[in-house]
Amino acid sequence: MAERSFALEVQDLRIGAGETFRGEGILAITKALLQSGVGYVAGYQGAPISHLMDVLSDAQDLLAELDVHFESSASEATAAATLAASVMYPIRGAVTWKSTAGTNVASDALSNLSSGGVKGGALIIIGEDYGEGSSIMQERSYAFAMKSQMWLLDPRPSLPCIVDMVEKGFELSEASSTPVMLQVRIRSCHLHGTFVARDNRRPTMTLDEATRSPQRDLSRIVLPPAAYVQEAEKLEQRWPAAVQYIREHRLNEFFDQPDADVGLILLGGLYNNTLRALMRLGLADLYGKTDIPLYVMNVAYPVIDDEVVEFCRGKKSVLVIEEGQPDYIEQAIGRILHRARIDCTLHGKDMLPMGGEYTVGVLTDGLRNLFVADAPDLLDGMARATNQPPITCAPQIAALKDSVPARPAGFCTGCPERPIFAAMKLVEKELGPHHIASDIGCHLFSILPPFNLGATTMGYGLAPASASAFSGDSRRKGRERKRTIAVMGDGGFWHNGLTSGIGNAVFNKNDDVTIIVDNYYSAATGGQDIPSSRSTPASRSTHHPISRAIEGVGVKWVREIDHTYDVGRMREVLSEALTTRESGPKVIVASSECMLNRQRREKPLKRKALKDGKRVVTQRFGVDEDVCTGDHECIRLSGCPSLSVKPSGDPLKEDPVASIDQSCVACGNCGEVADAAVLCPSFYRADAVVNAARSERWKHRIRSALIASVQQWREARRPVFS
Amino acid sequence: MTVLSRKNSVAVATKPISIAVCAMGGQGGGVLVSWIVSLAEQCGWIAQSTSVPGVAQRTGATIYYIEIAPADPAGRMPVLALLPTPGEVDIVMGAELMEGGRAMLRGLVTPERTTLLVSTHRSYAVEERINPGDGRIDPAPVYDAAAFAAKKVIAFDMEQVAKEARSVISAVMLGALAASNVLPFPRKAFEDAIRNGGIGVKPSLAAFDRGFARTTGNTPEPARPVAVKQAVAPFSPSGVADFDALLHAAAGLPSGAATMLDAGLRRVADFQDIAYAAAYLALVREFALKERAQGVPALTIEAARHIANAMAYDDVIRVADLKTRRTRFSRIAAEMGVAAGQPLAITEFMHPRVEEVLGLLPSGLALVLEKTGLGRLLMGRFLRRGWRVRTDRLRWFVLLSITAELYRLRPVSLRHKREMRHRDEWLDLTRAALEQDYDFGVEVLRCRRLVKGYSDTHVRGLSKFDRVMTAVGVMVDRPLPQGKAAVWTRLLREAALKDPEGTALEAALARFQRGAMA
Repeated sequence: MAERSFALEVQDLRIGAGETFRGEGILAITKALLQSGVGYVAGYQGAPISHLMDVLSDAQDLLAELDVHFESSASEATAAATLAASVMYPIRGAVTWKSTAGTNVASDALSNLSSGGVKGGALIIIGEDYGEGSSIMQERSYAFAMKSQMWLLDPRPSLPCIVDMVEKGFELSEASSTPVMLQVRIRSCHLHGTFVARDNRRPTMTLDEATRSPQRDLSRIVLPPAAYVQEAEKLEQRWPAAVQYIREHRLNEFFDQPDADVGLILLGGLYNNTLRALMRLGLADLYGKTDIPLYVMNVAYPVIDDEVVEFCRGKKSVLVIEEGQPDYIEQAIGRILHRARIDCTLHGKDMLPMGGEYTVGVLTDGLRNLFVADAPDLLDGMARATNQPPITCAPQIAALKDSVPARPAGFCTGCPERPIFAAMKLVEKELGPHHIASDIGCHLFSILPPFNLGATTMGYGLAPASASAFSGDSRRKGRERKRTIAVMGDGGFWHNGLTSGIGNAVFNKNDDVTIIVDNYYSAATGGQDIPSSRSTPASRSTHHPISRAIEGVGVKWVREIDHTYDVGRMREVLSEALTTRESGPKVIVASSECMLNRQRREKPLKRKALKDGKRVVTQRFGVDEDVCTGDHECIRLSGCPSLSVKPSGDPLKEDPVASIDQSCVACGNCGEVADAAVLCPSFYRADAVVNAARSERWKHRIRSALIASVQQWREARRPVFS
Repeated sequence: MTVLSRKNSVAVATKPISIAVCAMGGQGGGVLVSWIVSLAEQCGWIAQSTSVPGVAQRTGATIYYIEIAPADPAGRMPVLALLPTPGEVDIVMGAELMEGGRAMLRGLVTPERTTLLVSTHRSYAVEERINPGDGRIDPAPVYDAAAFAAKKVIAFDMEQVAKEARSVISAVMLGALAASNVLPFPRKAFEDAIRNGGIGVKPSLAAFDRGFARTTGNTPEPARPVAVKQAVAPFSPSGVADFDALLHAAAGLPSGAATMLDAGLRRVADFQDIAYAAAYLALVREFALKERAQGVPALTIEAARHIANAMAYDDVIRVADLKTRRTRFSRIAAEMGVAAGQPLAITEFMHPRVEEVLGLLPSGLALVLEKTGLGRLLMGRFLRRGWRVRTDRLRWFVLLSITAELYRLRPVSLRHKREMRHRDEWLDLTRAALEQDYDFGVEVLRCRRLVKGYSDTHVRGLSKFDRVMTAVGVMVDRPLPQGKAAVWTRLLREAALKDPEGTALEAALARFQRGAMA
C-alpha cells in the first residue's frame, strides 16, 4: 500500500478528447502514456517518480481495460530489461525510475537495448533528482544518453509540453529505432497545471498477441558480429533519422527576434525559471513574450547541429543555459560553431555557476552578467546594477543564522526503526563503537543526531557489500578485529542486497553482522509493496519471508525479531551477533510495520469501530513532569518527533522537562528505552477504553473507588504540599 | 552596435501572486497548497504549485510554492516559476516559528512585498532537545527579523487555535490568509475550497473560522512569549498550622526570593515532613543573612532552589508517592479525555537497580549487603529486567503506596545518609566560597543543577558535579584574583551541561588546570 492514494485522481485519466485535465505532472504523464497507446509500463519507485508508480498501480483497472500490462519491477535493471518487449515487436513500452541512481542500476540493460535498437517505441521516463530537495548525489543523466546513444528529452515544465513530448517521444523512438529518455525534474513531477486531453488508445499490438507469434531477428541481438553492425547502424541510420524527425516535428522551439544579437540556448526544463529571470530584468512578460531570442532544447540529446548554426548565425553572442556539470551541451555547441566557422561568442559556465540548481535568482545574475557584457543597452539602470544589497545581508536577518536550527528529515513518530538504533546505541555503550555500513532507505536517518550511527552509504542494497572489504575470521589467532555492522532495508534487500550483500558474504566466508530492517514495505520510496510485504494486494504475490531467502543462500546464523520495539531483546540479539563464536555471516531480520502505513491502515478501521459502538482502546504515552528531572537522556536515545521538551513550570527546575504531545501513536519505544537503558521512571502508558462492556466498566469502577479511598486515607494522614 | 533597444521592450505590467509555504514534513502543507490552488482556480485564476515530497515528508523542513495569475483575456497561458525567488514573494506562510525564520534567512521575506503569516508555536528541533541542560533557542531574533523584513506580519499560535478547534494547523493558516486580504478572493471562496477538498470539512471550517477571527480581531499575540505565571501567590496558607508558621517565617526573608522559597518549602515538606522543611528553612536563612543589600537576591534564590533540590532528591519512595497521587490520576484522565467510569489503564515503566533498592534499607544493613555483594546476589535476579507496573490495578497500587509510606524510615536509610553528607560537603564549599566573594558562592550553589536523572544518568551527573566541586575546592584553597573564581565555576558548569559524556567538561577542566591554576 503506497503512501498516497491516487484512487480518486486516476478517474480523471478516463477523460476524452477536448476535455481539460487538471492535476499533477505525474498524472499528466500517465494520461499521455495512455493517449500514446502504450502496451506495457514498468518501473521502480523513488523520488521524484514514486508517485508515478503509485498512480499506475492505482490505475490498474483502467490499464487492464486498455490491455496495458503494468509491473512494479524488482529493480531499475529489471525495468530496463522489460523494454526488450519492444525490440522484436511493434509494441510501445514505457519504464520509469529515479535518476541518476536508477539509471546506474539499469545501465547494463540500457546499453544492450540501445545497441540492438527497438521496433516499438521505448520510452524511459527518468525523474531527474538534481537540485534543492534532492536526496542523492548530484550528477546528470546526460552521460548515459551520450554513451549509449539514446535520445534525451527535457520538456518545458508545462503540462501541455510534457504530454506532447511523451507522445512525440514514442514517435521519435520508432522513427529512429532508438530508446528515448524523457527527463522530468523533481518539481515538474509535482507541478499542478492543466492541459487539453485526447482519447486513450489501445496498443496496436498486445503482448498476448506477440507471445502467440514469437519473432526473432539475429541482427538485433548484441553478439558479434551483429554488435559491430549495430554501431554503424546507430551512426549512419538511427542518428540521421532522429535528427530528421526532431527537425520536422519541431521538438525544439525557436522564440526568435530576427534583429537581436544576443541569444539564449536553454534546456526545456529550465525555460520557466529563465523566463522569470528575463521578466525580472524587464525583458519578458508573464506570458513568455520576450525581446531575447531563445532556442529551447526540448531535446537535450542529440544536439541538432543545423538548428544551432541557424540560431547562432548573425548573433554577437549566445549563452548556453544547462544545469550541473560537465557542460556537455556547451562543449557540443562550441564544436558546432567552430566547425561552421561562425563568429559568435559562446557563453555558458563563464556566466553561470558550474554546479547547483539554476534558481530564478541564479539565472537573473547570470543573465545580467551576459547583458552587461554583450548588450548593455538592453538593461535599464535598475536592472543593470542592483545597488541594494540583498536583505539577507541585513544584521537582523543575518542574526537568524544562529537562531534557526537545522531540520533534516528524520524517523517518523512511532517509526519501528528507531528502537533498533536505540538498541545499537546501548550496545555501543557496552562493546564500544563498530564500523557501521549504511544503505539507502529510511534507516539512513540513523546517521543524524541523536543517533550518529553509520559511516558510509554506497547504494541501494549495498550495505553488506560495502563492509565486505573488512571481513575476515574474528577467531583467527593473532588477528584482532572487530566485527562490522551493515544495516540494510527490506527494499534494498529485494532490490539486490540478497545477492550482492548476503550471497556475497556467505560465499566469501564473511564473519560480520547484517541487520535487515523489515518494515513490510519499501518505506523510504513511499510505502510500496515488496515480496516480503504482509499485505495481500490482488495483483502481487507477497508474504515471502526474508529469513527464508537468507537461509536459502546459505546463512546459518539468522535471528528474527518480530517486534523491534522490544529494545531489550534487540540489544541482546545484536550483542550476541557481535560476540558469538560462530563463524559465517550473522543476519538479524528486525521486523515491525512502518508506522506511517500502519496508521493509514488502522485509523479508518478505528474510526469505524468507534462509530459502530465497538470496544476501542486508545493509547498514548506520557511523562510525569514531576518525576522527570530534565536530563533529556530519553530524547538522546529516541529523537521521536512527539517526544519533545517543554518549560518545567516548576521554579525549582531550571531545565525544560520531557513531554509527549498529541501526535504520539503509543509505539512504546520511549518506555522500552527507559527500561532497557535503565533511565528513569517518568514514562507511563495510558490506555483508555471507549465503548467498554458493562462488566469492564463495573470492574473499573470498583477498582477506582478502592484506590480513591486509599488515596484519601493517605492524604488525610499526610498532607500534600506541592 | 546593439540593434535592440528599450523601445521595443515588452510591457512588464502583470506579475503573478507568489506564495511560499514553509513547513515541516507531516504538517499538512500539501493540503493547504491544494486548498489555495482550488481557491484560485474556482475564482477563474491560473494556478501552478510545486513541492518536493520524498524525504522532506518525514519531519524535515520543506517549501511548497504556488504562483497564481488572473486568466488572460486573450487566452494566453502565463509562464510560472517553480521556486520562490528572494524579493519576489507576496505571501510567506510559516507553519512554525523557526520555519518562518528559515524563510527570512533565505531572503524570501522583503519589506516591499511580503506578508508574513507565521504560527508562533515552537516545535523543537532535535539539536534543541538533546541538550542535557536547556538547548532551546531564543526565539527573539525571529521576532526582530519579522518586524524588520516583512511588509506585514500576522503571527499567533496557530497550532493552539487548531487544537482548540480539534483540527489541523493548515485550516487555521488558510483562515489567517483569508483574513489578511492579500489575495483578491472573498471569504466564501476560501470556505468553498475547504468544502471541495471533501476531507474533515466541518472541523477544518471551524478552524478556518477561528484563524480568520484571530487575524481580524484585536487580539494580537504578545510580542514575546511570557514566563509561566504562578497560579497562587507565594506563601498562601496551606491549612496546616505548623507548615503555615514556616511560611510565615519565610516571608521575612528577601522578598525577591519569595516564589522560590515557597516552592522549596512545599517541595521539602512534601518530600518528608514539616520538621524536615524547618531544617531546610534554617539552611536557606543562613545564606539569606549573607544576602547583598541591593539588586536581585541571587544568593537567597539559588540557596532556596538548590538546597530544596538537594534535600528532596529523587528516590524510589518519592517516585512511588508521585505515581500514586490522586491529582496524578485525574490529570491523566483529563489528558486522555476519559469520562468518569470509563476504564483507564496506566502502565509504568520502572527499572530500579540494586543500588536504588539497597539505598532504601537502614544504612548499617545496606552497607553490609553492598560491601559483601550479597545484595546483588539476593536481589539481582528480580531487578535484571524492568517492571511494567499497572498503577490502576489494586495489587500494584497498594505495593507502591506501601513503598511511598516508607518515607518514615527514610532518615535512617543509606541513601539519605549519603545524600545529606553530599549536601553538607557542598554547602561547606559554598560557605568557604562566599567568604571569598559573593558571586563565587552563588555560582557554587548553581552547580547543583548538574545533579539530575536516575540510575546511570544520575551517577554521570553526580560525577560531573563532583569534578566541578573538586575544582571549586582548589579555588577555595588557592584564591584567584577578584571575580575569577565565579567566572571559572560558571564556565565549568556550562561546559558540564553541553554534552552527556562530559567531553566539554574535560576540555574545560584541562583549560582550568592550565589557565587558572598555572
